[in-house]
Amino acid sequence: MSEILVSVEGVNKKFCRSLKRSLWYGVRDLVSELGGRSSQRSHLRQDEFWAVREAAFQVRRGEALGLIGHNGAGKTTLLRMINGLIKPDSGRIEVRGRMQALIALGAGFNPVLTGRENVYINAAVLGIPKAEIDRRYEEIVDFSGIREFINMPVQSYSTGMVVRLGFSVAAHLEPDVLLVDEVLAVGDLAFRNKCQLRIQELKKRGVAIIFVSHNLHAISHVCSRAIAIEKGRIVYDGKVEKAIDLYRESLINLYQEPEELRAGTGEIKIQRIELLDAADQVRKEINMGDFLKVRIHYVTTQPVDNPIFNITFSILYGEQVTGLRTDVDGFEVGRVDGEGFVDITIPHFNLLPNVFTIDATIFHPDGFTFYDRINKIATLKVRGGLLINGTAFLPHDWATSQEVKTATESQTPFR
Amino acid sequence: MSNLSELPVQVYTADSQMRSPRRLLGAMLGDLISSRELAWRLFVRDLSAQYRQSLFGVVWAFVPPIVTSVIFVFLQARNIINFGETNIPYPVYVLVSVLLWQVFTESLNGPLKSVTAAKPLLVKINFPREALIVSSFYMVVFNLLIKALILGVIFVVFRIPLTWGLVLAVIPVFMLIFLGFGVGLFITPLGVLYNDVATSLPVITQLFFFVTPVVYPPPQTFPLSLIVILNPVSPLLIAARDWITTGQINNLPAMLIISGFSLILLFVAWIIYRIALPIIIERISA
Repeated sequence: MSEILVSVEGVNKKFCRSLKRSLWYGVRDLVSELGGRSSQRSHLRQDEFWAVREAAFQVRRGEALGLIGHNGAGKTTLLRMINGLIKPDSGRIEVRGRMQALIALGAGFNPVLTGRENVYINAAVLGIPKAEIDRRYEEIVDFSGIREFINMPVQSYSTGMVVRLGFSVAAHLEPDVLLVDEVLAVGDLAFRNKCQLRIQELKKRGVAIIFVSHNLHAISHVCSRAIAIEKGRIVYDGKVEKAIDLYRESLINLYQEPEELRAGTGEIKIQRIELLDAADQVRKEINMGDFLKVRIHYVTTQPVDNPIFNITFSILYGEQVTGLRTDVDGFEVGRVDGEGFVDITIPHFNLLPNVFTIDATIFHPDGFTFYDRINKIATLKVRGGLLINGTAFLPHDWATSQEVKTATESQTPFR
Repeated sequence: MSNLSELPVQVYTADSQMRSPRRLLGAMLGDLISSRELAWRLFVRDLSAQYRQSLFGVVWAFVPPIVTSVIFVFLQARNIINFGETNIPYPVYVLVSVLLWQVFTESLNGPLKSVTAAKPLLVKINFPREALIVSSFYMVVFNLLIKALILGVIFVVFRIPLTWGLVLAVIPVFMLIFLGFGVGLFITPLGVLYNDVATSLPVITQLFFFVTPVVYPPPQTFPLSLIVILNPVSPLLIAARDWITTGQINNLPAMLIISGFSLILLFVAWIIYRIALPIIIERISA
């Protein structure tokens, strides 16, 4: 059993929806606090809601805990209470050791001062003694990779450069507890990887890490455990994969309505989409690598010649993964009239486990103007174990130059 | 990695910090000490940024007091206003007073300005909050040194004799700073929440300028003499001015009482500031 560095017990926090009222409550809380009364109140005042409700968990040395949840679920509020920036309304938070937060990169930077000067200011804000920065200055500049600009005023830096410099200073902290909130969202890919490595390194050294990010890949890379938060409550605490899964599920429930971004000339319209398995049964979830048939039902108001059917798959609230078009595939639909459907058969659906949304469009033969389009007309959940690194699954086999004695099956999910 | 038992433990609960005064005072003192380096950095940052983006730099520190003084010297000389006789040449009287008044108003505005400017930092990073106040104290002291230069020039031009009062004047001058910081820090929590405070501050300061014997000698007759008795700025300002210009003062008791009051006010304001910040931060960033 390793040591507990962060312990959160029964923590509650309320927030207020109305600014005016919120400020006034602030004054009242201040007065009661000065009067020595604790602000502990279990009831909600007008316009208040629970931002964090009965939160309880512990983080041990060398453990990296991910907090996963929608915007406004209470992740950041929780982090800020652990950081001591705001007080809980009830409950208890105990932190052992030196705590550092990777939250505002480049905090305290002044735009007219040079990068070098700002390194020292930022370090002072983060509580790193000057002697230590003197000693590690070269290392910090090297890490940032912007040595040639270090004597220029920071206002001439790009956003990415500011973040790089800020992270480089912060990365040289030596905390016992590290809080990370969405800081790796900026900067280019190479730098982001560098940051992730750095965090891994700290974890190996025994730092307890609490990590908030909407980047589920980053969480699955860094964290050994995750908590899913919904509306201020912890709904799951345990395996990272399971927490991510729950989060995705709640995302679907939250935004189930198709986007009413319907537009087009309208001679032919999409009625609905069906996702079918090999037995023509309607499915919402499939296993990775399964057979999938997408059926687009249409209806016309007048005969239409050679419309182009198009569907695209996107990761839920993420980037587009792939798109399929009849014209690109050289498939002629011919003249259509009345009601009907078009099928797209995908023998092996090889996208890695995730939730995908489907957009459907019917184009004119020019391939540009469209008759009808519906975004997010359907969602598809792909199940399948721990494979969450990346987007696509490539069917594959392994071989070795050595003679293999026991035949091992390649780890394919096909059954 | 140090042993678990050696690690400092920080506990956050909903309990009022006022309930454990010993822990509160210990934390305040500890943070004040650990904030020195950060305070110095912030001061150097603000100073270099201010002068780097300016052509005339330090000249601007000289202009306002001189302009204010020249206006009143002109008004007095032309008999547009008549404040009566001062015991030293009127230009010296006004310039010294205006410089001292500025020390006070800078101190008064310092905390709120410093905390407001640091809002983005406050809501995200847990650093010793005392650093903001200490850095703005450094700024006031730096400006005070510049003012001493102006004072030196006046002394040479008007051939004012040097006295030990110049050294003693340091006491009321610093008390003036502490009084300013005390009031300024006292209103800071409210000022961070509501803009009204920052908006009304210049108006109130302006008003106070005229009910403090800055450009006129302290009135001796009732009811105007109340200006000196009821206005806490007056005894400190008068004492500092008299020590600087004549080498002796005649309001020592009043000055000492107000000095004590200033120190107590500053301390109380500090406690309030400390306790208020977590509550305020929640309201300005939620």
